[in-house]
Amino acid sequence: MRSEVSKSRSISRRRLLATVGAGAVTAASPFRINLVKAEEANIKIGFPVPLTGPYGTEAQDQVRAAQLAVAQFNEAGGLNGRKAELVVRDDKLNPGEAATRTLELVEKEKVNFVVGSLSAAVQLAINNVTKERGIIFNSISQSDAINEAADFSRFTFHEALNPHMTSGAVGRYAFSKFGKRVAFLTADYAYGHEMVRGFLEVGKAFNIENLGDIRHPLGTTDFSTLLPRILALKPDILCISNFGRDQQIALRQATDFGIKKTTQIIAPLLSHASRVAAGPQAFEGVIGGCSFYWGIEDKFASTKAFNDAFRKMYDGKLPTDYGALGYGGVRTVLSAVKNAGSVDTDKVITALEALKYDYYKGPQYYRKCDHQSVQSVLVIRSKSKDQRNESDVFEVISTEEPDEAHLRSCAELGHKA
Amino acid sequence: MAGLSLDLIALQLFAGLALGAIYVLFAIGLSLIFGMLTVVNFAHGAFYMVGAYAGLYILMLGGNFWICLLAVPLAVGLFGMLVERFLIRRLYGRGIDYPLLLTFGLSYVMVELVRLAFGKTGYPFDTPDLLQGAVNIGVGYFPLYRLFVIGATAAVLLGLWLFLEKTSFGLIIRAGARDPQIVRVLGVDISNVWLIVFGIGTAIAGFAGLLAAPLQGVIPEMGSTILAEAFVVTVVGGMGSIGGAVLAGLLVGIVVSMSSLFAPEMAKVSIFALMAIVLIVRPQGFFGRAGLMS
Repeated sequence: MRSEVSKSRSISRRRLLATVGAGAVTAASPFRINLVKAEEANIKIGFPVPLTGPYGTEAQDQVRAAQLAVAQFNEAGGLNGRKAELVVRDDKLNPGEAATRTLELVEKEKVNFVVGSLSAAVQLAINNVTKERGIIFNSISQSDAINEAADFSRFTFHEALNPHMTSGAVGRYAFSKFGKRVAFLTADYAYGHEMVRGFLEVGKAFNIENLGDIRHPLGTTDFSTLLPRILALKPDILCISNFGRDQQIALRQATDFGIKKTTQIIAPLLSHASRVAAGPQAFEGVIGGCSFYWGIEDKFASTKAFNDAFRKMYDGKLPTDYGALGYGGVRTVLSAVKNAGSVDTDKVITALEALKYDYYKGPQYYRKCDHQSVQSVLVIRSKSKDQRNESDVFEVISTEEPDEAHLRSCAELGHKA
Repeated sequence: MAGLSLDLIALQLFAGLALGAIYVLFAIGLSLIFGMLTVVNFAHGAFYMVGAYAGLYILMLGGNFWICLLAVPLAVGLFGMLVERFLIRRLYGRGIDYPLLLTFGLSYVMVELVRLAFGKTGYPFDTPDLLQGAVNIGVGYFPLYRLFVIGATAAVLLGLWLFLEKTSFGLIIRAGARDPQIVRVLGVDISNVWLIVFGIGTAIAGFAGLLAAPLQGVIPEMGSTILAEAFVVTVVGGMGSIGGAVLAGLLVGIVVSMSSLFAPEMAKVSIFALMAIVLIVRPQGFFGRAGLMS
């Protein structure tokens, strides 16, 4: 009898603890804070990015720079005094997670716009949700599919480069200089596949010989079993199409295996954050593309202004490539809001389509048919010497100016004229 | 794809052995702790990560890699002993799931603490100058540092074997694993034995993390990937068997390597396929004692 009593008591105590705990969590959660803010009717921008996982470093840069765009908008008076607000969510680099978080942003947080993503696959998952709900989504990571008629909607914008543009620029540069025998090491998902397709397409003009495409799963930590085979192929060029921590480890281990002695390593994209995290040794001499490098501030006043504002907000730090995309993605949407004088979706779409902007990297505009941002592509080489500061990690060795000829045509993408 | 020469296959086998050496080094600590203490140490990956960060910290203080080789296992082992003394010791005799849950939670705490102290982004960890570059091993070029890792693993195994088989303390440990009660009756303080075993196991984990740092850099989450692979190794080798862990570690390395050569997309899955096959044929693993988990 006694044990019966004490048992029921302990259960009720547990239940009490659980209730108190849940209450404390709710009270402390950002969700509640946002609810309070909603009464002031802020303009809300949902920002799903992979804060944890192999692309975490880049994602944190995206958030920092996006916060700057929001702060600038608010300092300039907002939309007639109405402030903007970034609602950040971790999509964990997982399409399912991203779809859930985005739905939550739309349904619970009632965001006006969504900007974000850092994966070819994840952005399509976000886009599926936003286009169904009729919310504008400005994607800030690379994808070819998002331009294509099947995935595109009038709510879909793409501030980032796409693999076709990036691999095109890097391929045109490298294939003309380093040889024709090309081997590929590729992350086995949409981003990697699209990049390789782009390289092979531009390679046709240079008659490159495809020695083989070795694919590795996303999140690989050891490439030592893939590298002997690549060495045996004796390529002139090794094209490594992966990103984030995969890229850091692949380049480091390829360096260890001595591949650089006989082979030029190229990558469609060299990420600034990855170069810093992996150190100079691993990236030494590697050539790749990027959408932004702070060093072009000598060339564009907008870059200088962006760098300075970023330095001021973050203790003298300089923005990275993916950071700049976070900034561009949010700033274009907020500028369109201002131009439209409203957060009304249709009006903002029209304003975005009309935008001719130069916010951080020289002139850009969204192409009408697929809302792809037409912009320059930088070809950069990693350096390990003569660094002026800790962010001085690349040199720009070539620039492809903004040109629709470097994009796939609207007809090719399945858009009706 | 063309170019499948005998040299390439030999080099690929060698790459598999080198990879296997890292698995072995990680898994023997896990196996040692389980075999002696029946503690499934889910924090083993976290100790591995702490080893890498401890090395990084020593380098930041101006030390070099060779100092790390000594200091890191000592520091991580000491930390492991504190964990055993103040946390795990309270849970002996309560069934296998208590320490499992404790170490699982502990791994989260450790990763989170490292994130707070060092930040979420990774750090580079340069290969020591002496061990940079690749050398010709007869069938092709192979990174010198990976050869060093194989050598270091062999040295740790030899040391561990000598300690367990040739010293009287090793004898006590082995006796304690077989029948702790009798050892206690004979007047040995078994709790001290367990303390030291846990310390040695975690020291080896820290050492493995340090060795892995120049291969892949340092990041708070680095222990979680290898933990999954190491459990495959210990299960295939037989839970608690050190010899089994060595054999299985090398085998897993070679299976990954050979599947990378013929079907790289399958490399990751091949580990688990191997485990499934072994478990069907021999549920206790290569050298496992049946019923240890119950």
